[in-house]
Amino acid sequence: MTFSGKIVKNRRVAIVAAGVVSPLGMGLPETLESLRVGRDCITPVSRFPVDRCRCKTAGQIEDQALRTASGIEGRRGKRLHRASHMVVAALREAFAQDSKFRPQTTVFGTTSGGMSFGEQYYRSLQANASLRRTPGLIANYPPQKPVIDGLETFGISGPCQVIANACASGTNAIGHAFDCIRSGGYDRVLTGGYDALSELVFVGFDSLQASTPDKCRPFDRERSGMVLGEGAAVIALEEMNSALDRGANILGEVTGYGISTDNHHLTQPDPSGIGPKRAMQQALDRAGIEADGVDYINAHGTATPFNDAAEGVAMAALFGDRVAVSSTKAMMGHSLGAAGAIEAVVCILAMQHDMLPPNLNFRETDEAIALDIVANRTRSASINTTLSNSFGFGGTNASIVMRKKAHE
Amino acid sequence: MSGHIAGMGWITPLGAGVAEVWDCLQRGEEAVAETVLDQNGSNPYCAFRVPVSALKELPVHPRLRRASAISRFAAAAGTAALRDARWNIGEIDTSRVALIFAISNGGVIYTKRFYHDIVASGAEAASPLLFPETVFNAPASHLAALLGVTGPSYTLVGDGAVGLSAINMAEDLMRNEAFECCLVVGAEETDWLLCDAYAKWRLLRSQPPIEPFATRPKGMILSEGAGAIVVAREGAIQIKATHPGAYYRNRTELAQTAEFVLRATAESSESFVVASANGTFIDAAERVAVQRVMPKAQLYTPKPSLGESVGASGLWQVIVAAKALSTQTLPPLLRAPANFAFSSSLSSRPTTEAVILSSGLNQQVAALCLAT
Repeated sequence: MTFSGKIVKNRRVAIVAAGVVSPLGMGLPETLESLRVGRDCITPVSRFPVDRCRCKTAGQIEDQALRTASGIEGRRGKRLHRASHMVVAALREAFAQDSKFRPQTTVFGTTSGGMSFGEQYYRSLQANASLRRTPGLIANYPPQKPVIDGLETFGISGPCQVIANACASGTNAIGHAFDCIRSGGYDRVLTGGYDALSELVFVGFDSLQASTPDKCRPFDRERSGMVLGEGAAVIALEEMNSALDRGANILGEVTGYGISTDNHHLTQPDPSGIGPKRAMQQALDRAGIEADGVDYINAHGTATPFNDAAEGVAMAALFGDRVAVSSTKAMMGHSLGAAGAIEAVVCILAMQHDMLPPNLNFRETDEAIALDIVANRTRSASINTTLSNSFGFGGTNASIVMRKKAHE
Repeated sequence: MSGHIAGMGWITPLGAGVAEVWDCLQRGEEAVAETVLDQNGSNPYCAFRVPVSALKELPVHPRLRRASAISRFAAAAGTAALRDARWNIGEIDTSRVALIFAISNGGVIYTKRFYHDIVASGAEAASPLLFPETVFNAPASHLAALLGVTGPSYTLVGDGAVGLSAINMAEDLMRNEAFECCLVVGAEETDWLLCDAYAKWRLLRSQPPIEPFATRPKGMILSEGAGAIVVAREGAIQIKATHPGAYYRNRTELAQTAEFVLRATAESSESFVVASANGTFIDAAERVAVQRVMPKAQLYTPKPSLGESVGASGLWQVIVAAKALSTQTLPPLLRAPANFAFSSSLSSRPTTEAVILSSGLNQQVAALCLAT
């Protein structure tokens, strides 16, 4: 344990609103329905050519549906990056639930922000094409821009911190937001994650052979890699007493957060699983619970041989096969900086509806990973506490624990 | 929580080392611009580059063998800051150290190479060796591996204000007594593509000098390097106040946003201000904001000497302010207009506070206050 020190304050952190857009659907109801039926939302990539890639599929959000959800049309709608539309759409849903929530600060996660605008700019340069749109592309390319666009849309002034810790970014953002409230620094923090599919990133994972030409099969013995996805999720966090005092609807609590770094390799996890294990143990310790207090783990579960082996070893060491585990990435793809935030929303829905989301495309147990995988079909179960994992390039590991609001 | 600066490291186009670069600033030196060409050897731009000699104390580590320039700058500055704090690698409990990285454009050189191969030759030409280096947190990962950090490592992305945002995050993390210190690093590398992008955005000047606070902004010169500070519970310079920052919707709103952030941060009219003025539209806004909030303050910007290093620039401003407080001297403000209303030398009375104001080009503003 490395994160065992004393926190100045130990305030409770309530989840008072959430919003989500992903290949599973626009908003919480569509997402819930997709989870219930175990919908496979992976489709052939249509945004850029993939004929020379091994992998040809991803979880994608349709443009018109996205614009409708964000509500930003006209010139501004055309100018903004898809990632901005995703953030705005998720914020719109969250503020519809709690219009009185006004954050003091915002902490979001991303990996590539408006990357495809950078790609357009570079392709224009190479082709000596018209650069008339260039200033607009450059101004809207920076990774923090979608958060600023979101805040601007809803008239929220305030700071924004954007964490780019690769695939752990979304969970890191929620975890840091949780820390900010728990330690007494802030009462209300808006958090989440976002990423839109881009050619550079898609081809990058393909070049590493981390993505698969097959189906994404997390924790399966024959797993062969990930498929990418995209989306955004936002979560409004508030100090519990503050939320109760104003009569906010409390969706759940964040109770623990763990973060660790393993220095094994830039892109590969330490096969011993030491980094993920440390992050999960820290999250449990800070939540004040033992491993058997967790009812469901939403695993990072990218379906790459290395990730699932390391994460599986770590989960088996801490939890044995006593806790239900699934990776929802088989349904919607790996949305990188958004993944941790979207999966936190999946955990909230799982707790609200006492449902274990399925791990699609699972065929055969990997005997090296002794886990209770929620294979292919949704299960009903009483779920009070969940743990969500996100691990990324650079050896960053993050875990958060959430629970239903306790009845006092 | 009120942290202190316990150590500093600095890699700049004027050289490496806090004392060396500080002396250059005091002498009023300006970095020498290099010509940066595109892949066809044409379309020249000017940029301030880090000289090879500045990395002579870079530690040897397998991770740095293929790492990009930005990772090398960060490693050199980060290890120098720890040395300055008298924290020897190998003697530190690295689980009690948090690493916070501030970055803006990231590993642009490898990113360009990686994507160029895709554009020129197709997806099958994409290099699996380059791709991991394009990820924003690659430099932080290399530094964590070099130092053996097993605790938190965060990479923050943003514009020129991101450095101060990272220090604000360090302050938040240090509420947790599990941590002995945070190593905060800001880094940037420059490249023709970056110059071209800022030029197309009409923010770049074709040749030096940078002329801050000019009536009509003439543009900036990009630079590269890294700055690092060790934030601990004890140290010679106190981080008296940090502001998490704010954003401005358009350029006309920047002065108002900067004023808001300054008012929330500055406590003493005896302070001096290290601004981020770089020869662009932000200069006038910062000038107005400082005039409104701290009309008697001395105003300084290091950018005519060092250039605009975006993700590294906030850390560079903090180092300048810390050195100014500890030496009770400010370097001469270079290239300011003749009618510049602010004094650029400290008064004869001891100055105990310094305010750093960072206004980014992409809508973010942040500030912090240092004290002796």
